[in-house]
Amino acid sequence: MSASMSAFHRLANPTRFLRLADALLPWSAGLTVALLALGLYLGLVAAPPDYLQGDTVRIMYVHVPAAWMALFVYTTIAAASAVALVWRHALADVIAQAASPLGAGFTVVALATGSLWGKPMWGTWWVWDARLTSVLILLFLYLGHMALAHAFDDRARGARAAAILALVGFVNVPIIKFSVDWWSTLHQPASVSRLDAPAIDPLMLWPLLCMALAFMGYFVSVLLVRVKAELLEARLRTVRYRDAGAR
Amino acid sequence: MTRKRRRLVALGVGLTLLAAGAALVLNALRDTLVFFYSPTELTAAAPPNRPVRIGGLVEEGSLARDAGQATVRFRVTDLTTAMPVEFTGVLPDLFAEGQGVVVQGMLGAGGVFVASEVLAKHDETYMPAEVAEALKKSGRWRGTDE
Repeated sequence: MSASMSAFHRLANPTRFLRLADALLPWSAGLTVALLALGLYLGLVAAPPDYLQGDTVRIMYVHVPAAWMALFVYTTIAAASAVALVWRHALADVIAQAASPLGAGFTVVALATGSLWGKPMWGTWWVWDARLTSVLILLFLYLGHMALAHAFDDRARGARAAAILALVGFVNVPIIKFSVDWWSTLHQPASVSRLDAPAIDPLMLWPLLCMALAFMGYFVSVLLVRVKAELLEARLRTVRYRDAGAR
Repeated sequence: MTRKRRRLVALGVGLTLLAAGAALVLNALRDTLVFFYSPTELTAAAPPNRPVRIGGLVEEGSLARDAGQATVRFRVTDLTTAMPVEFTGVLPDLFAEGQGVVVQGMLGAGGVFVASEVLAKHDETYMPAEVAEALKKSGRWRGTDE
């Protein structure tokens, strides 16, 4: 077995993961708070108003990172699900299920802030264009993933069904990303990830990237806490089961 | 073949088939997934007897208001074809000549598009007002440098 695979197996050991999570958590949490404070200051105070949108542009500093994270978290869940299905690592299932409510939260934030921006700018809260609709489907995928994982008495069966749903739903991720290029939509195309230079002024790009890192830090921190809690709960279940058997 | 390997292959084949299926479905639905047509597309096709959306730029110098009424007239252009539009109602804040717009309504008699809803379309450019001003002054504003 290759060196990377054995490192992968070591990490899949819950005890080692718990130790790593404890070491990482103070750093990721501290970094999140610092980046969030800086990002909010840069975005809400320091950044200039847009030439067309005025101060409404500041919604972008929350909307865009939330939308990026909604896609990133789903990709994480799909990757973890593939690992869980093929290599049967219990930790991968735990990560996928711990990430799901976080991804759903990011999606709700992206949809809500987008709606708040859409009313003054487009003149409507909501339209059924390809981008908005595919993101709404992403929210339903998250909700379905959470529901399916808990729909079976046997946890392993629930995890398996949820993993398959996550992988099937991954088809939606490139659709969301490229919807604005493939079809005419009301939603504008990408400003940052383009082949040429970003179509966004550096004075607005830096606050945006800072907020994006803060959102990423938040995701990592809360994911570590949730995975930790689930692993400890699983340990507790094992102990209870053993004690019940001994009696 | 080990069981892990078999599961990996099954997963790979399954996902490939799924992606191919999705691509076929999306390709077949291409015409219904668009949010709006361009004026050129609408004039080329047979006039549809149902509400449609057209998108493009509000042509410079085409905006006119009927005196004493809430009706506005303008032309939506994709820089090839310009379509006259008539709308009665409140326009969104970003609506202006030269700006992107998506208009929902019916193509009426005489080729005038009677709009029931006008939405402003924002492009992907974000910049401070001073930068926009400087670009306009140096003549590198929109389209002029493309």
